[in-house]
Amino acid sequence: MQAIIEQYQDTIRTAADNKSPLQIRGGGTKHFYGNAPAVQPGAFLDTTAYHGIVDYEPTELVMTARAGTRLADVEALLAQHGQMLAFEPPHFGAAATLGGCVAAGLSGPRRATAGAVRDFVLGLRLLDGTGKDLRFGGQVMKNVAGYDVSRLMAGALGTLGVILEVSLKVLPNPPAEMTLQFSMNEAAAIEQMNQWAGKPLPVSATCHAGGELFVRLSGAESTVRAARVKLGGEEMADGEAFWQSLREQTHGFFQSGQPLWRLSVRSTAAPLALPGKQLLEWNGGLRWLSSDDGLDVETTRKLAKDAGGHAILFRNNRARQTVFHPLEPAMMTIHRSLKQQFDPAGIFNRGRLYPDL
Amino acid sequence: MSAQALADRLRSFLPREAVLFEAEDLRPYECDGLSAYRQLPGVVVLPQTEEQIVKILQLCYATRTPLVARGTGTGLSGGALPHAQGVLMSLAKLNRIIAIDPLARTARVQPGVRNLAISEAAAPHGLYYAPDPSSQIACSIGGNVAENSGGVHCLKYGLTVHNILKLRVLTIGGECLEIGGDSLDSAGYDLLALMTGSEGMLGIVTEITVKLIPKPEKAQLVMAAFDDVLKAGNAVANVIAAGIIPAGMEMMDKITIHAVEEFLHAGYDLSAAAILLCESDGSAEEVADEIERIHAIMQQSGATGLRTSRDETERLKLWAGRKAAFPAAGRVSPDYYCMDGTIPRKRLAEVLHGIDQLSQHYGLRCMNVFHAGDGNLHPLILYDANQPGELEKAEEFGGKILEMCIHAGGTITGEHGVGMEKINQMCIQFKTGELQLFHAVKAAFDPLGLLNPGKAVPTLHRCAELGAMHVHHGELKFADLPRF
Repeated sequence: MQAIIEQYQDTIRTAADNKSPLQIRGGGTKHFYGNAPAVQPGAFLDTTAYHGIVDYEPTELVMTARAGTRLADVEALLAQHGQMLAFEPPHFGAAATLGGCVAAGLSGPRRATAGAVRDFVLGLRLLDGTGKDLRFGGQVMKNVAGYDVSRLMAGALGTLGVILEVSLKVLPNPPAEMTLQFSMNEAAAIEQMNQWAGKPLPVSATCHAGGELFVRLSGAESTVRAARVKLGGEEMADGEAFWQSLREQTHGFFQSGQPLWRLSVRSTAAPLALPGKQLLEWNGGLRWLSSDDGLDVETTRKLAKDAGGHAILFRNNRARQTVFHPLEPAMMTIHRSLKQQFDPAGIFNRGRLYPDL
Repeated sequence: MSAQALADRLRSFLPREAVLFEAEDLRPYECDGLSAYRQLPGVVVLPQTEEQIVKILQLCYATRTPLVARGTGTGLSGGALPHAQGVLMSLAKLNRIIAIDPLARTARVQPGVRNLAISEAAAPHGLYYAPDPSSQIACSIGGNVAENSGGVHCLKYGLTVHNILKLRVLTIGGECLEIGGDSLDSAGYDLLALMTGSEGMLGIVTEITVKLIPKPEKAQLVMAAFDDVLKAGNAVANVIAAGIIPAGMEMMDKITIHAVEEFLHAGYDLSAAAILLCESDGSAEEVADEIERIHAIMQQSGATGLRTSRDETERLKLWAGRKAAFPAAGRVSPDYYCMDGTIPRKRLAEVLHGIDQLSQHYGLRCMNVFHAGDGNLHPLILYDANQPGELEKAEEFGGKILEMCIHAGGTITGEHGVGMEKINQMCIQFKTGELQLFHAVKAAFDPLGLLNPGKAVPTLHRCAELGAMHVHHGELKFADLPRF
């Protein structure tokens, strides 16, 4: 395995010497996400060669694996021990890798209650833009030695370095789950989801789509049963498949082929008046918008910002718009400085997050 | 610039009483919760508004004056230790809870607000702020952000980094950054994570939006006594293996049990080698279910005594002993030195054995309290500062414990921060490359190095000098650096 790292280091040093862009690629399942490179990458760095579980101790609630390990393999191993990645990362294909999962920083239905990828990252090993092999964080739950560089990598889309290994906190699977369904309009659903989120209830996921509110309960059998009585609604027969279809975006809503926007906003924000169809998750904190190419980008970004958040053009960016929400100048300055420090030659995934990163 | 000249400049835009520079006025600021490190600052400023802070920062920037931020001064690693030629900025007067949004379950607060005050303000809505460091009645939320503070419930509810949404941060140049958002994620890099635990080295936080969560319907506690520390450690692993994430899981060793029991009469078993406190919280059904299972697991794990709290009074009484561990140490010894390593839990018995050997070697007693769920160990080294050489011995003993934590696959600090105290051990935990990158991260925010200089990340020269003194198995650390 050390030979693979040395190969990666050679590739990085060569690219850095030539200031030639390098694209980091895992399973390629999230290739659609982010801006297309402005310049065609001179070379690829394939992370799938560096794979395998490094360490997993179920009773320590920590799993360490190499970045090229398939996400499916990680989850299968955890499942054997009754544990899970609680942030329910989307795979978007069988080839999805752990490194890609962390670099993309995407989390699934349980995010509002359990936390996001970054919340579960305990440590990682990284190659920086000069090929240095670095380790940050560790394999323990609490660690405040040094800046939290590990979490900084979550969602950085590989622009700061090549993730080699990741240590994640894992959690036990809930013993019981049940999905409830209620007919409700969007405004009422937003109010209801947030009301429930403020009560000690075992709600682990919520979704509003097509005039229906879906609520997943997770926990001990007795807790789920008691909450079911308190909440009312109809029990959904194939709840698990439903949440899976949201997580992997195989649900009909995501299949239109239209530009798909991801608006992350204050969960209590009133329904966003935008043309197209919307699907809500995370108690209203995440709003998917499927709209045609005529959608006004500026209006969309402004509405998301006014609602305390930001908008991402997630999929089907046919008009090649800027994908991510523009940053304020002072923030952009910090981003550029960080990029400069981690990747002085500017080789890693150039332009994928922002044009000059 | 002389302190007098600096004070004059500061008084041109701050009220007279907000600028202190007479030695007697500076004295209360000479240390934080780690009183072994003391230093009088050049000037103390007590701003009340963000505009005033901007001007202070701009002045420091223009005059290249070091600036150290301070909350309520409860930190345990010397992170708020003043700089002799610098400005110490207390944020204690920015103590307003700006707004609570019960439906969105958030609170917007100023950095000087006390941790517990947030939960008190949220209580009428059935909500609270989860991280609960032991000092929560006094410590400020700004300090919590700087240190990424934890508490006894963080295995289940997370650390500060998991419980904040947004920060307003001023850079040393006086520019304002909005980091994070009212949403669950934000555009660009996760600077919220980078800021949390950055020990006042990257920017000055002037406003924090925290998450509030619903107060559990019920909480109940099981106290289990063991005749062997190893058995207690295994019991913790067995609880987790059963798929239970306890709300709190604390361990105390024999010497702690005795010190606490004498002090508080919490009803702990004095014959025990270790006591575990395991709390369950949630809905009434969930707690009943979980407590029954925890009880059974403790029994199977060889507990010699078991007690389950029957009501809130009994639960709080059992907790009181654990929470009084530090004051109890203060009763059995004139001074104590609190360490903060984290280790993989499976290495507990070995590390405790090592601490015991060190204790004999240095002739100093050591009490061990342990956040057993998440592996965070707090050895309290007992010493007497009036005995010549004891403080130095205690510090050396502490340093050895931290090194042992690193060798066990853990870290030198779980929640107290590096500050001034553990700066040497940073040289052992990290190599040149990582330390260089830490300095680079700081430079991205604070290129002149004016914010809290000399803390948290050691210079490579410091490590080289230190490395020359402690060669481990003949491996010279930082061999690539020039020596003196």
